[in-house]
Amino acid sequence: MGDYIFSQNHLLGIDHLSDKDIDTILETAESFVEISTRDVKKVPALKGKTVVNLFFENSTRTRSSFEIAAKRLSADLINFNSSVSSLKKGESLRDTVLTLEAMNPNIIVIRHSASGSPLYLTTFAKSSIVNAGDGFHEHPTQALLDALTMKQVFKTIRGLRVAIVGDILHSRVARSNIILHSKMGNEVSIIGPPSLVPREFEKMGAKVHYNIEDGVKNADVVMMLRVQSERGAGNYFPSIREYRKHFAINRKVFKCAKKSAILMHPGPINRDVEIDNTLADSDKSYILQQVTNGIAVRMAVLYLLKGDFNEPIN
Amino acid sequence: MSLLIKNGLVIDPSTGKDSKLDILVEKGLIKKVSKKIEEKGVKKIIDAGKYVVSPGFVDMHVHLREPGQENKETIETGMLAAAKGGFTSIACMPNTIPVNDNRSVTEYIIARSHEVGVVNVFPVAAISVGLDGKDITEMADMKEGGAKGFSDDGKCVMSADLIRKALEYTKMLNVPIIEHPEDHSISGDGQVNEGFISYKYGLRGMLSAAEEVIVARDIILQERINSLLHLTHISTAGSIDLIRNAKKKGIRVTSDVTPHHLLLTEELITSYNPVYKMKPPLRTEEDRQALIKALNDGTVDAIASDHAPHTFDEKDSEFEYAPFGVIGLETSFNVVYDKLVRTGILSVSKMVELFSTNPARIMGLDRRGVIEPGAHGDLTVFDPEKTFKINNEKFVSKANNCPFNGWKGKGSIVYTITGGEIAYQA
Amino acid sequence: MEEKIKAKIMDEKKIMRAFQRMAVEILENNRVVENLVLIGIQKKGVFVAERIKKLIAEMENIDLPTGILDITLFRDDLHKHEQQPVIRKTEINFSVEDKDIVLIDDVLFTGRTIRAAMDSIFELGRPASVQLAVFIDRGHRELPISPDYKGKYLPTSRRERVNVMLKETDDIDQVLIMEPTRF
Repeated sequence: MGDYIFSQNHLLGIDHLSDKDIDTILETAESFVEISTRDVKKVPALKGKTVVNLFFENSTRTRSSFEIAAKRLSADLINFNSSVSSLKKGESLRDTVLTLEAMNPNIIVIRHSASGSPLYLTTFAKSSIVNAGDGFHEHPTQALLDALTMKQVFKTIRGLRVAIVGDILHSRVARSNIILHSKMGNEVSIIGPPSLVPREFEKMGAKVHYNIEDGVKNADVVMMLRVQSERGAGNYFPSIREYRKHFAINRKVFKCAKKSAILMHPGPINRDVEIDNTLADSDKSYILQQVTNGIAVRMAVLYLLKGDFNEPIN
Repeated sequence: MSLLIKNGLVIDPSTGKDSKLDILVEKGLIKKVSKKIEEKGVKKIIDAGKYVVSPGFVDMHVHLREPGQENKETIETGMLAAAKGGFTSIACMPNTIPVNDNRSVTEYIIARSHEVGVVNVFPVAAISVGLDGKDITEMADMKEGGAKGFSDDGKCVMSADLIRKALEYTKMLNVPIIEHPEDHSISGDGQVNEGFISYKYGLRGMLSAAEEVIVARDIILQERINSLLHLTHISTAGSIDLIRNAKKKGIRVTSDVTPHHLLLTEELITSYNPVYKMKPPLRTEEDRQALIKALNDGTVDAIASDHAPHTFDEKDSEFEYAPFGVIGLETSFNVVYDKLVRTGILSVSKMVELFSTNPARIMGLDRRGVIEPGAHGDLTVFDPEKTFKINNEKFVSKANNCPFNGWKGKGSIVYTITGGEIAYQA
Repeated sequence: MEEKIKAKIMDEKKIMRAFQRMAVEILENNRVVENLVLIGIQKKGVFVAERIKKLIAEMENIDLPTGILDITLFRDDLHKHEQQPVIRKTEINFSVEDKDIVLIDDVLFTGRTIRAAMDSIFELGRPASVQLAVFIDRGHRELPISPDYKGKYLPTSRRERVNVMLKETDDIDQVLIMEPTRF
């Protein structure tokens, strides 16, 4: 590794990480996987540290995953959800965060529907900021846990072919994955109707396909995205029925990928909408392993950031 | 009261002046312009030996927020900001609360501006009642009350039938219809220019086409109607092409651009700083270059600031939740002079056309935007060598949502003279 | 920090003899060999444990379960570091419940690593006993910990460093005392 040191103060997005940072997070996460298999699933690494889960969007999965990760590292954790917060009374995000920071947390994990909110926090907050999903922008820990899953299967996170299928336009998971795999030098293809897969994404290093069989051809990984039925209402596609016909994954389409290919999905899955029911439960599916890995990756991120510095960026 | 401005480099493209001249202003009007004017009996003398004297600048697109949103700006603070920025006349948009869609609001704005007095305020009234895009306002009545143009500004008239009627009706009034070209069915709840950057940074986009569709529609209607059509804050290369071709065909259309679209691009929104959030959005470098080119070939007639004040708290937020708009009255001249005139892209004379001659003409401001005996004593005096540093804590505007904060350069206003009175002195 | 060799303390032969003595002592002290397990502490303790395991296998024809322990997450100085230390793998593929554990490291210094290792082990279960084997005991203890088995007692000054070099990682078996060249 030479002179390399992990020197990120925040995790705002995969875009901010170097490929070495990504390797470090994955290697650290690999050592954390074992802790979750012990009888006593707890280590004292972050004893005395406080993590705030600041969630402005409902997400039981991601919030719980961060919560378990923090607790397995012995950190104290506060959940702050918008539904029970003063935000409804019109308190600004700055005031909310300053109020929380008056309680001296070390790390703030934020989920927000507005893209760029985590970066905005770094302009005045003293804590380490972890992006748990911002708008359509990024969801870095999801891409990292996806990468950890791939690394466990293929023993490497380089030289892979990754196909991502679905609503790329509105998916922060897709963006973080595209950026991560471009950084690792992997081939990424993105598949969906043109209204949801703008050509400009090719500038991010992905290849656009409108035909799912072409798109997943020879892929090592087929990653399905959840179809939001309300996107149909925006006329991005006419109906779930028509979408399923062209962009759902089933055994026949999955055969176009490599024989060793795996199926992934960030969840929650729509059975028999974007993903064939039996395929989702088959041994090709790594969906549950992704969830398990989420904890290890989030432990690694919390451990590496630690949250003791911190001067606001400006 | 008489005022003599001595030995300034007088630049007035409308009368072809471009030399060292003395200007005598008496009783609010320019009395005499010549090489040497006697100082005897003159009350106040300004030595403009190192300065340029221009006909007073006109900003034809400003939001003063009063009545209704005095927390953002008032008629008074907006006027003081205008004076500081070298503007002797400003045209204010109708999206106040209540909307300037009836004569009493128009007259209130004018009456309030006369109380303040430092610069001239010309209200632009609404095209449709309540800016709702349905029923046309009492335009003739409001013109009598002092309205100098009509616009639904940010709402843009979505009904092609309504804009047709408005253009037809105002033909008899000889005032411009000012259109903010934006097809809301395309731009939707877009935040920034739609393209690679909006996709990568996960922000909803506004296609260039949202602007161009309306530019094209209005030009097509105007070709037959031949009223007065002004397209404001043009931002895309495609719009420029449409306007250029229309002018070539002899269609009566004018346009303006803002300093921020001339000098900034969409790259800036990667910081998610809402100070770069406005409508139309910052576009690509290609668009920016097309706008600059259009200044010189006459496709674009004027530079207007679209001064849109918001409070600090409103702009201090998540990008998506912040309101659109930036202020510009106090910085338009500085940044344009430093970045476009000093660099040789625009001549001083062309800049004066864009800041004074043309906007005065488009708005039908009688005897303004010109330096000749009998014209109003509205003059802007600037020092081309004096340095400026933009500091958003030092604005006289109530707002500080300025995308040029921290910029440094040369070219500063030294006197703003309105009706022969010194409205601002550096 | 730059450093230079102050003295070479042990060569391959001496190291071999020390390992053999340690292996014999461990066997003598533990009558029921079947209940014995070895746990090496990352990083060099792992190789020390492997050597001892091999020697015991040769003597007794028994393959002792051997685990790897990374104590990073249990360190008491995590908050003092500018950067977080790299975490290595922990691999203990057997239950520690009611076992006689021999905890193994290359150098015993302040005793803090052993404190962390014991905390870590007790998170995994309740062993019958824990014994400590270190290859070099260099003194300067800050905690009430002393080894049950040691290859060599080597008094040093605090600013020095003991470098146990093993073929597995360094291509040579030798023990050096290093001292800083500048202060």
